[in-house]
Amino acid sequence: MRLDPHHGVVGTAAPRIDGLAQATGSLRYVDDLAFPGMLWGKILRSTQAHARVVSVDTRAAEAMPGVRAVLTGEDFPVAFGLLPVSQDEHALAIDKVRHVGEPVAAVAADDPDIAQRAVDAIEVVYEPLPAVTTMEEAAAMADEPIHGEGPRVNRHREVSLEFGDVDAGFDAAYHVREDVLFYQGNNHAALETHGAVGLLTDEGRLHVYSSTQVPHYLHRILAKVLEMPEGAIRVTACPTGGGFGGKTDVFSHELVAAKFALVTGRPTKIVLTREEVFYAHRGRHPVLMWIKTGFTEDGRITAMWLKTYVDGGAYGSYGAASLLYTGQLLPVTYDIPAYRFQGVRFFTNKPACGPKRGHGTPQGRFGLEVHLDKAAEDLALDPVAIRRRNLIEPHSLTVNHLRVTSCGLAECLDRVVDASGFRDRYGEMPPGRGLGLAVGAYLSGAGLPIYFNDMPQSEVMLKVDRGGGVTVYSMAADCGQGSTTMLATVVGEALGLDPTELTVVTADTDLTPIDLGSYSSRVTFMAGNAALEAALRLGDLILTAVADEWEVDPDRVELGRGVVVAGDRQMTWREAVQIAEARWGLLVATGSYKPPKDIKGDYRGAGVGPSPAYSYSACVAEVAVDADTGVVSVEKVWLAHDIGRSINPLMVQGQIEGSVHMALGEVLMEEQAFRGALHDGPSLLDYKIPTVLEMCDVESIIVESVDPEGPFGAKEVGQGPLLPVIPAVVNAVYDAVGVRIDEVPVRPDKVIAALRDRTRGGTGRYGPTSLPDYEFRPPLPVDPPGR
Amino acid sequence: MLRLPPLDYAAPSDLDEVVALLADEGSVLMAGGTDLVPNLKRRQYPGAARIVSLRRVPGVAGIDVADDGSVRIGALTTLAEVAADDRVPAVVREAAGLVASPQLRNRGTVGGNLCVDTRCHWLNIPETWRQAAEPCLKAGGEVCWVAPAKKWCWAVSSSDLAPVMVALEATVRLVGPDGVREVPAAELYRDDGMDHLAKRPAEVITEVVIPPLTGLRAGYRKLRRRGSIDFPILGVAAALRFVDGRCNDARIVLGAVASAPLRVTAAEELVVSEPWSEGLVERVAEAAGKAVRPMSNTDLTSRYRKRMVPVYVGRLLRDLGGYHE
Ligand SMILES: Cc1cc2nc3c(=O)[nH]c(=O)nc-3n(C[C@H](O)[C@H](O)[C@H](O)COP(=O)(O)OP(=O)(O)OC[C@H]3O[C@@H](n4cnc5c(N)ncnc54)[C@H](O)[C@@H]3O)c2cc1C
Repeated sequence: MRLDPHHGVVGTAAPRIDGLAQATGSLRYVDDLAFPGMLWGKILRSTQAHARVVSVDTRAAEAMPGVRAVLTGEDFPVAFGLLPVSQDEHALAIDKVRHVGEPVAAVAADDPDIAQRAVDAIEVVYEPLPAVTTMEEAAAMADEPIHGEGPRVNRHREVSLEFGDVDAGFDAAYHVREDVLFYQGNNHAALETHGAVGLLTDEGRLHVYSSTQVPHYLHRILAKVLEMPEGAIRVTACPTGGGFGGKTDVFSHELVAAKFALVTGRPTKIVLTREEVFYAHRGRHPVLMWIKTGFTEDGRITAMWLKTYVDGGAYGSYGAASLLYTGQLLPVTYDIPAYRFQGVRFFTNKPACGPKRGHGTPQGRFGLEVHLDKAAEDLALDPVAIRRRNLIEPHSLTVNHLRVTSCGLAECLDRVVDASGFRDRYGEMPPGRGLGLAVGAYLSGAGLPIYFNDMPQSEVMLKVDRGGGVTVYSMAADCGQGSTTMLATVVGEALGLDPTELTVVTADTDLTPIDLGSYSSRVTFMAGNAALEAALRLGDLILTAVADEWEVDPDRVELGRGVVVAGDRQMTWREAVQIAEARWGLLVATGSYKPPKDIKGDYRGAGVGPSPAYSYSACVAEVAVDADTGVVSVEKVWLAHDIGRSINPLMVQGQIEGSVHMALGEVLMEEQAFRGALHDGPSLLDYKIPTVLEMCDVESIIVESVDPEGPFGAKEVGQGPLLPVIPAVVNAVYDAVGVRIDEVPVRPDKVIAALRDRTRGGTGRYGPTSLPDYEFRPPLPVDPPGR
Repeated sequence: MLRLPPLDYAAPSDLDEVVALLADEGSVLMAGGTDLVPNLKRRQYPGAARIVSLRRVPGVAGIDVADDGSVRIGALTTLAEVAADDRVPAVVREAAGLVASPQLRNRGTVGGNLCVDTRCHWLNIPETWRQAAEPCLKAGGEVCWVAPAKKWCWAVSSSDLAPVMVALEATVRLVGPDGVREVPAAELYRDDGMDHLAKRPAEVITEVVIPPLTGLRAGYRKLRRRGSIDFPILGVAAALRFVDGRCNDARIVLGAVASAPLRVTAAEELVVSEPWSEGLVERVAEAAGKAVRPMSNTDLTSRYRKRMVPVYVGRLLRDLGGYHE
């Protein structure tokens, strides 16, 4: 069978197959589910930032009419955590609470108002402990550390790596520059808040519906925490009203809803309020960073040293990976001959941070791209030249042993520079207007699974019915990124069928084969490849059967659009399917995908960063800055993205525009900020996120480098396009008004402060000036590949 | 979603009955509900027991122009209606059109906007949070977290129409248990975050009357983070009368910097003291900036908001006086 797209399915801009249901509201989200006798669960949350739980008295709650069950930490003795190295959470607090909003107890009642009243009636006695709310505090010795026994520093994880001889690189440099920058944390703010329903099936099995991006991990953790065999549990991931990484962890409410179903025998639903989502969090980590780079006179990088200080909040979550991501992907865009990367993730008494679109990489990318613009100015180079001089080559290895295959970064750069008129307009615009440039790169799936195993990361099964209908089975959870449509499109292209006529069954542990989940932009690459393999196998079964029937050489038989042909002979797909079923019996085909093994280095920490392929993006942003009010308006963004191959250009454009929108929020206004240990404003009125009216014009440019290993050459677009937008806007602010805002979000008060500083003879910079007092361990030396 | 506490609901079709019900302890008046309902959901009114709706009362909605040119706007008229009606003075339409978002303007009313509760970022937050913080003064606690030294609430007057109505010297008609009274808009407010309305709880605004604006140049500017939805964190309303290149009558009123609309008399006195010039505008703007002391209780920093006062006042005055940067 042919491997290039030739049926006109892949590459055609088409609405997503579930688009109508989404747009008309008929899609059933978890909050739309209702079952006879369903109870409403409500979680009592900690009012303390850090405290010992002395007692939880639930008697008054239990005595209330309509209350069916009350749970506390004692009901959940087993700890869990998404990463095997971070088993530090309990569904409800045991002994200690570590942030305001941490789940402490829960009630299931006949209606939500009773549940709320019962929660209010639970008496918790706390013994307050000193709270750690900043990284500076976390870096100091504490008698009462957030985890474990004191005295110790509230450090969660540390990384300290050195690839090549960094000091020699600095010594050889013509120019060395250092910068300190800060990237504030922020929340995913998906429109749908998280929810789950637990129930018992007629056979007495546990069935959990959840707005999750990771049904498989939820399945595993439910089994662990509830101490049940996985076979006794079914997880269905409902369609989600946005995830952005916010639904890739396993949360208290999912475990609690399940437990209520077990103890009451009745379906129980818990849907979080917006406030609770800010406490569940797992959003972008605040990262303070220091970056030092040496350059030759013509702008070639000789060495780089990055230190990142990562505020993790109260639990591990994905943090061990997030920390590594703050530095490990920087060498994917630029050829850095020597690189020292040191980072530390601290525990603080705030909601745990985790993965958000771009997982850990937007912070370091922001730092590097702003730093490069400053270096360009030092060296009297333009922003395009300094980047061009250092671009990574396609089919090369990075200094930290990441395998780069297809790479359309140079084309992305050229395309945005040309489309925006950057060369003529940069530095030449009237006061208050400016252009900024930046690039980025992202994974097409994490090379390693989250728990160690040698099995495929994605599996797809196809089943054909006698009418010619094809059903695609995959555990991939569509979190709005369009994975369901992607699966139908890949299979449709391979078999010459219309994607809208396929049935796609997804995200159900009883019905579908494994997919690890919708995170790290892995689904198109991995589930797409598994689907393609399954489709090719199915196609072979059908072609061979038809060849037998026609008594021709199988190589002469081909799939057309809805037909099977050989020379001038032709039959319909439906006829072919029946011939094949008569020949083979049940028509089922499977496919699996496992990333290649040679894509990573062999050092501690090498597991985070490798991917079978990297997407690339480049961005130019045009801004207007009001020098009297400090207000930055982003007028237009040009964004070129190397997706490998665009499976559905309409969805690609949607992901690019969505990424730009999310990036505008991060660069201009969003912040998961705290007053002490209290969230600064846990509502969508106080937590500022751009609405459609704050959105800018976007020119999306799709670059196709056709990856050798991606399905039809595809890579990813869900996360990568976010990355360059943030530094591009910050660089554009400098072009517009000549001040450096080394901290996002770029709030108007910061711009005004920087402008005033400049007026008073200062440098016109706003940003952090010091680093926490923390000593990294000496870096582990790793030889760069082939050097 | 946050849920409402259990409440009774009454919607009489008679104004006297509304007033009578409001005299009961625990009654709260509702017009569009866009301010009241979120506040109730956040449990900001623990004593609330019954919603009394104004919506069925006839004759309290609608816009009329009297013979003398004064414009009467019924309290139940929606902000969307006001913004779209060209009999209404442009400055009022503009301010109404800047409130919240289209959905909220379709539902929110003029009366509700004039009475919108004062706001503070220690108060307009769900209950779990407030329990973690220890309730502030206005939430029934002992201290104001914005300025703990003094037992005083600094919650911010957050209405867009209030400063405009004060600047235009509008009057408000109140119907209460003791009958009807008409008060200048300025006298509706008290600079006290706990209790910002100088009216009795059982008094209902039925209409606001804007006198004829002959010869007056008036305008409104609003500072907020998102033009699409946010409350003001600074509002500037001005009404100026010019004779022979000189302003001889001025009202400059700031919103969202105190617990009531704030007339900046120092700026008003200065603006009429000499012929109009760019230099005068600058000094007036500075005087307005000096007159205010915003607290750290809304979006963005208090220092920034204070710095924006002269910028916004200057911009508005230049527009009204015909001087541009
Ligand atoms: C997201 C959001 C954004 C907002 N942004 C803004 C903004 O930018 N600017 C702004 O000004 N407001 C804003 N608001 C507040 C509110 O929507 C408007 O002020 C609206 O005009 C209130 O009118 P309403 O009829 O809905 O008032 P209601 O909620 O019904 O009432 C508000 C208060 O006024 C009292 N009241 C109502 N009518 C009368 C009357 N006739 N006589 C006496 N008392 C009365 C009520 O008892 C209550 O205390 C916002 C609200 C939200 C939720």
